[in-house]
Amino acid sequence: MATSTRVTGHIENPAAHHGALAALTDWVTTVDHKKIGILYMSSALVFLLVAGFEALLMRVQLMIPNAHYIEPETFNRLFTMHGTTMVFFAGMPMLFGFGNYLVPLMIGARDMAFPRLNAFSFWISFFGGVLLYFSYFAGSGLYGAGSAPDVGWFAYAPLTSRVFSPGHSTDYWTLSILLSGIGTIGTAVNIVATTLCMRCPGMKLSRMPLLVWLYLVVSALVFVTISPLTAAQIMLCLDRYLGAHFFDTQAGGSAVLWMHFFWVFGHPEVYILVLPAFAFANEIIPVFSRKAIFGYPAMVAASVGIGFISLSVWAHHMFTVGMGPGPNAFFTFATMVIAVPTGIKIFNWLATLWGGNIHFTVAMMFALGFLFQFLIAGLTGVMLASSPFDWQLGNSYFVVAHFHYVLVGAIVFMIFSAFYYWYPKMTGRMLSERLGKWHFWLFVIGFHLTFDFMHVPGLLGMPRRIYTYEADRGWAIWNMIVSSGAIFQAVATLLFAWNMVRSYFKGEIAGPDPWDAWTLEWATNSPPPSYNFAVTPTVESRRPLWDRKHPEEPDAQFE
Amino acid sequence: MLSCLAFQALGVPAAASVLVHPARIAGALAVLFDQSSTSIFAPQAAPARSVYGLSLLVLGICAGIFLVVGGLLAYAVVRYRHRRGYSVREPAQIYGSNQIELSWTVIPILIVVVLFLASARVIFVNQSVPKPASTIDVTVIGHQYWWEYRYPKLGIVTANELHIPAVDPKHPVPAYLTLTSADSDHSFWVPRLAGKMDAIPNKTNTLWIDPQQPGLYLGQCAQYCGVQHAKMLLRVYVDTPQQFQAWVAAQQKTAVQDPAVAQGRAVFESNACANCHTVSGTSAHGVFGPDLSHVAGRDTIASGAVVNNTANLRAFISDPATLKPGALMPAMHLNDRDLDAVTKYLSTLR
Repeated sequence: MATSTRVTGHIENPAAHHGALAALTDWVTTVDHKKIGILYMSSALVFLLVAGFEALLMRVQLMIPNAHYIEPETFNRLFTMHGTTMVFFAGMPMLFGFGNYLVPLMIGARDMAFPRLNAFSFWISFFGGVLLYFSYFAGSGLYGAGSAPDVGWFAYAPLTSRVFSPGHSTDYWTLSILLSGIGTIGTAVNIVATTLCMRCPGMKLSRMPLLVWLYLVVSALVFVTISPLTAAQIMLCLDRYLGAHFFDTQAGGSAVLWMHFFWVFGHPEVYILVLPAFAFANEIIPVFSRKAIFGYPAMVAASVGIGFISLSVWAHHMFTVGMGPGPNAFFTFATMVIAVPTGIKIFNWLATLWGGNIHFTVAMMFALGFLFQFLIAGLTGVMLASSPFDWQLGNSYFVVAHFHYVLVGAIVFMIFSAFYYWYPKMTGRMLSERLGKWHFWLFVIGFHLTFDFMHVPGLLGMPRRIYTYEADRGWAIWNMIVSSGAIFQAVATLLFAWNMVRSYFKGEIAGPDPWDAWTLEWATNSPPPSYNFAVTPTVESRRPLWDRKHPEEPDAQFE
Repeated sequence: MLSCLAFQALGVPAAASVLVHPARIAGALAVLFDQSSTSIFAPQAAPARSVYGLSLLVLGICAGIFLVVGGLLAYAVVRYRHRRGYSVREPAQIYGSNQIELSWTVIPILIVVVLFLASARVIFVNQSVPKPASTIDVTVIGHQYWWEYRYPKLGIVTANELHIPAVDPKHPVPAYLTLTSADSDHSFWVPRLAGKMDAIPNKTNTLWIDPQQPGLYLGQCAQYCGVQHAKMLLRVYVDTPQQFQAWVAAQQKTAVQDPAVAQGRAVFESNACANCHTVSGTSAHGVFGPDLSHVAGRDTIASGAVVNNTANLRAFISDPATLKPGALMPAMHLNDRDLDAVTKYLSTLR
């Protein structure tokens, strides 16, 4: 970021630009949306590596039946920390990092609406993550060695009560999520205010890039869903320390109540994570197909539709808790309906590719991988939506395979794609395409070895969250294949990390618009100056740079 | 079936549609999955069978959709790839089409309606069946990390190995299980008999099964319930009516009182054992752990974790953590003499 600090020198304190300490001060005190975005992404990458390492340990343990490399308690901590970290401290911060960086640039604004709130939101989320990991040292309080939480990422009652979770490990879990939630809501407020109030002249809502539309929907979802989660965490604290009995079944509380609170957050959360992945696809697929996105209004409608419908499907996580046939039927229907707007999106991406001129950059390769894998993830989702099928598959490895198909096959693939696409904008240098192709193919092989074959033990009756399994169930061969894929994924991820570091120093100089793209972020330097645009741009269509490059056939007349 | 129709409608050659014919899929799956004793594709009771039938329909439709959409996607990626010598001009810009949008909205809605109706039928077939008066009633209570089975009509309390009679196909009367939990959430899942149903504290759920084929059906707890969730295994013995009658008669008897092992019984009753376990006809009335009145009649101990033999029993009594780390029973710290005596005593409780 050396160049960007130099450019911003005349705005910030010039004395703050000498030496490592000064650079550190600069990063810690920054309120620039681009730097905060990069902070979000960097911390998310660190947590991603940590949680990925936890997954690797679990796969080593499950490689053969009746293995004893890892104690059951340690294993339970591993999957709890893996899930919690990936969702709250890798996934959401990564996606908010991109949102922070891109939303103001794409709407021609100079910063987010509330820069200080922005910095506050990042730091409180970040320290939430640090607090979670501090539990490894302090989870048991003053007595005994520390321990991380072991209640699972959805922390079902009554395992979280003090009877079953003595010490403070569960408190670390609760408080870190509470903190992360505050940061998440702060950033969501910021994105909504920024998109609604700070668009440049000419950028009507109907001309807003689809990425910005999706971040608007995501932020609205955050308001509705983080609130019940936060409320539930406070109720849990009251249960644990003030003798409330919301979830304390020993005193007449309800375990099912926690499930409702958690999943009314937990399912929309999936869409909070996946809609930004759609957002990246909406920008990257058209550029490398050299065509405008097909059906912009339908894409907006489908996104908003998914946002609304996603609020009415939560209890499909509870098909086996005995809700009775009526609710089971309702949530089956609601969940299946969400396939319709999701299908519309896939078809529109397909139509965008159709008749295009597809360039196989690494960014595009990851985006195409996303399309195929998201199609499969969607279809296994339809299977799980059918509640009788879910009675068999729920809580089995089939579910684990399904949601990793979404979280890795769709979301992580699009995050990689987005890095290859926007890294040149953020650093001024291109990521190596040669290393990128190695990264892509190794990751694709690893992904499919792991997650395709992970469906099978689920169909054969293997439940999730077990630290070991019986040898006579026919699961061993499948688990061996699954674990071997994890090694490919780990190597590919390390290659990616190396590419990020190496290209920062040695990458090809990008220039302002390396992909011949069409949205406003490519109209300024790479990396952009702290004020983004010397002159506030004015737009007349959804693709302002297309208009500039093709004055003979501007977009405006077709919208 | 629907996928076949869809294929024919799209003009795909008949050979391709035969490939995804449900019967063919069933055959292929059967070969692939027969190796496992817990496969959901080898149902042996009506609830599992109804889910199996539905799963073939859902899998068929999804496979059809995958082949069509994935095929189009693959075609587009290959056909429209950038080629050397492509003119510098951009391809024609197409912004959308309302007719096309409408078609790929309506067709998925129709598919969703079909899938929903098929699912709803199976939901109500399974969950709206009144309990027949003559059923075998079993109360299943999940504990950390074992299963308690109570037969209120027969006056039997046992643990970890559920016995039910095979159903007579001429007069099918399913067995009814009422599920609840003594501590955290558990889930009862024996894939070849039925889908899973959770056992939740302060709540009762019901599940029915009607296996006709005698035999042993395996499964395990399917809801994370604490440290030893992995070794909370399920064993359902479907007995012939004669076997079941004999089993009931044996269970209804008071525990064997063999004077040869009186010393072991004394150790059992004078140590903490009696606080948590029951042995009928003795002063041991604990209810925290499994009822041991007929423990020697079981094939396994520690909820299916290990085979029930003298060596395992002795090791488990000495320190359960060696066989099942996380089990709530503490190490008993008995001396070798007491350990041998109590092991011998428990081995007589058939």
